[in-house]
Amino acid sequence: MTTLVENLIKNKPITTIEYSPKDFKSPLEVRWCSGCGSYSILAQIQKILAGLKIPREQFAFISGIGCSSRFPYYVQTYGIHGIHGRAVAIASGLKVARPDLSVWVVTGDGDCMAIGGNHLIHAARKNVGLKVLMFNNEIYSLTKGQVSPTTQLLQPTKSTPYGNIEYPFNPASLALGSGATFVARTFDRDPKHMQSILERAARHNGFAFVEIYTNCVIYNDGAFDLYTAAETRKEHSVMLEHGKPLIFGSNNDKGIRLDGFTPTVVSLTDGKWSVDDLLVHDETDSTLAFILANMTYNPNVPRPFGIFLAVQKPSYEELVVKQIEDAKAKTPDTSIETLLKGEDFWEIK
Amino acid sequence: MEREVIYLEDVTIRFAGDSGDGMQLTGSRFSDTSAFIGTDVSTFPDYPSEIRAPEGTLYGVSAYQIHFGSKGVYTPGDQIDVLVAMNPASLKVNLPYLRKRGILIVNTANFTEKNLKLAKYETNPLEDGSLKDYQLFKINFNEIVNELLRDSGLSPKQIERTKNIFALGLAYWLFDLPLSTTEDWIRKKFGKRPQIVEANLKVLRAGYEYGETNELFAVRYKIVPKKLEPGVYRNITGNEAVALALVVAANKAKLPLFLGSYPITPASEILHFISSYKPYGVLHMQMEDEIGGITSSIGAAYGGALAATSTSGPGLSLKVEALGLAVILELPLIVVDVQRAGPSTGMPTKMEQADLFLAMFGRHGEAPLPVLAASTPTDCFDMTLEAARIALKYMTPVILLTDGYLGQSSEEWKIPDFNSIPEIPVNFYTQPDYLPYKRDPITLARYWAIPGTPGLEHRIGGLEKEDITGIVSHDPLNHQRMVELRAEKIRRVQQDVPDAELWGYENADLLIIGWGSTYGSIKAAFDRLIEKGYKLAYVHLKYLNPFPKNLGSIIEKFDKILVPENNLGQLAFILQGTFMKPVIRYHKIQGRIFLSSEIENKILEVLKSK
Repeated sequence: MTTLVENLIKNKPITTIEYSPKDFKSPLEVRWCSGCGSYSILAQIQKILAGLKIPREQFAFISGIGCSSRFPYYVQTYGIHGIHGRAVAIASGLKVARPDLSVWVVTGDGDCMAIGGNHLIHAARKNVGLKVLMFNNEIYSLTKGQVSPTTQLLQPTKSTPYGNIEYPFNPASLALGSGATFVARTFDRDPKHMQSILERAARHNGFAFVEIYTNCVIYNDGAFDLYTAAETRKEHSVMLEHGKPLIFGSNNDKGIRLDGFTPTVVSLTDGKWSVDDLLVHDETDSTLAFILANMTYNPNVPRPFGIFLAVQKPSYEELVVKQIEDAKAKTPDTSIETLLKGEDFWEIK
Repeated sequence: MEREVIYLEDVTIRFAGDSGDGMQLTGSRFSDTSAFIGTDVSTFPDYPSEIRAPEGTLYGVSAYQIHFGSKGVYTPGDQIDVLVAMNPASLKVNLPYLRKRGILIVNTANFTEKNLKLAKYETNPLEDGSLKDYQLFKINFNEIVNELLRDSGLSPKQIERTKNIFALGLAYWLFDLPLSTTEDWIRKKFGKRPQIVEANLKVLRAGYEYGETNELFAVRYKIVPKKLEPGVYRNITGNEAVALALVVAANKAKLPLFLGSYPITPASEILHFISSYKPYGVLHMQMEDEIGGITSSIGAAYGGALAATSTSGPGLSLKVEALGLAVILELPLIVVDVQRAGPSTGMPTKMEQADLFLAMFGRHGEAPLPVLAASTPTDCFDMTLEAARIALKYMTPVILLTDGYLGQSSEEWKIPDFNSIPEIPVNFYTQPDYLPYKRDPITLARYWAIPGTPGLEHRIGGLEKEDITGIVSHDPLNHQRMVELRAEKIRRVQQDVPDAELWGYENADLLIIGWGSTYGSIKAAFDRLIEKGYKLAYVHLKYLNPFPKNLGSIIEKFDKILVPENNLGQLAFILQGTFMKPVIRYHKIQGRIFLSSEIENKILEVLKSK
């Protein structure tokens, strides 16, 4: 039987794949706070979608609940604004039913890592072909400022007036530990970097997790300034680039060297170490990815941004298709009549 | 030797033993054979929640009951006519259900001091005269199979495990049933291990011959087969019937089938069956939790699949929020709740009907949806098809209620002709004038446009939306309008609900209203009383929301209405609220279905009361 869905896909008119970012703007007025980091992410997404050469009707954006989760209303694609924490599960069902689609999840640190944590880790483990964009602002904003799973230790919030006594998740480590095949971090203030990361995520076959540092001007303003502001960024961040040594500092005068398994900062100017001694990034090395992700909350090293890991593994939906094809090939009679009869039937004449 | 043969219309037999004794297998083989000769069959697998409870204990007893015959087989039987007990614990647990003068076959091998103690017997019941009211047959199964298979090359453990097959052979002799279906099954099941095949065939025949040659048995029974309509038959459980119907429904709607599910007793078999249907192109995901089960299905439905999720009570509780989402998204979705005894974890392997309120009302906000209930294992097939038809036609989630008894019990099923099952018309919207919440004027269903359709890109979500356009809206009047529209749409499902059938007398002294798996017990009691000349009426409801159009006018006609339920009166409450008419409640909440005698007695009691 050919399903109506297969018919629709097969008989679809050929649509243009030449787009400009405005083709991905929905008529709905964007209602984030002025200065919110999400505006930049929306703009970068609209830009990269336009350049992917994928028909617009093939995109679906699925979200949960939170400021970030309003996102689907603002892109002119298919989409569901779901319920709190469930975006990844909704998207998983959609992707398995429709492997032809490019399915994106837009979520926040609370939506993704608190109420939705279970779905996140299992979709990552199964390598479901989703692009999960986690807008991390280290706070619950839509509910007005409570502590989130990524809020920093001792930080006072609405629900931790005496300071946060919970240790935060390190999202990149969590995603790696869950088996994600693409893990990256970028931030709202660097459109070019974000675009390059999003584009890679878009083209990744399998589960892609992108953490995006997103400034909340109202409830957690400046949370990432040290790593993202022009004046401090170079001293406190390091950009990961495949095949390149880890160099950072205002004058590119420092680097990261592996001392055993421990990343340490070395000076490139004191004559003791040269570029050749530095750690060279390899995004296909999963052991290295764990070491790099683990630099995140280490005060002795700069914070890493970029692609921690990008490896190829068959995606869940590919395996589903393959399993069905193999099972069909091995079954001589796949008629429903035979299925209904089962193994033990008898006839009364 | 010549023996007296007694002809019977129906008989109930129960095989009982330790949960590792293979009683479920023995029972299901017996039920296949009895169905094969053309009797009606109703079965009841009764097993503990523990997988292998400690040997010999009372709580580790596993049993399988089969009621078969040519007349009145609506339930697995009130009382047992024949009990096969493999150890003291199974004797103790099941003896109360054996009728006086019933046949009791006991494997004496397991009546050791230790087992008697585990079963809390002070003295050995086989010797202390306490079983004098029954026809007791003491046979040492273990000794016989050991003797038979001494040179078979099987290990002592393997030999011991054939003792249930011996019991099966003996039971076949007792009822003059053929060995052939079980012989074929043994050959198919153990085909790759000829030694095991031979041993089991030998033991099966030995059980049969034991009856034939042993003078213990003076009487043999013969069940008069029923004249079944011509056709192809099989035995089927409710859970398998649901799974098959989902495949058929998807096929008839020309949609891919997607099941998102999470293991839970007693619904897991639906997941097992669906996952075994890969050659038929079925999609399924075993999700990380119940919420993932339903939300993945919602995603699949958005993508154009016939989506379903299967669960039991605790799982339905977890799915409640997502059901509200499905209601506001107005996407088709089938939720199958195989109800079990609650609250909380309750009694996972035991049936109950106490999720009706949850199905009807268990969502925040105004979130009505159609609720259907299957009445027999084979009806699970028909009602699943109905659920799919309604979900797709009205673009709504539908809850189908079955229960642990329906899900796991089996009965013989005349396999429907696939081609004569009507198509389920589905049309994806592809015209450029698409508005996500524009509705069909007759059904009020919104139109279904799926991703991949050029130019129809749209977003739907859990926020209230503007009528027709679907744009997010907090307008007060619009909200009221949308709430009313969603409710009116579910009311209109009534257009597709067949009229309730009234059995018995229009001017009866009493109307009985049942729903779900109470059907068998009520029908058996009802038939018996009608035969005795009582004037009764009976309506069995399969559509609980909305009710059939004619239900109100039926109810109006009767002064006395009895509503038996395996809950504290949930349907009774809804009927009273809907039709403003008092009804008499009758409940049983023991994890077991009603006995037909219980219903019969209650009816008589109600008839006598003023």
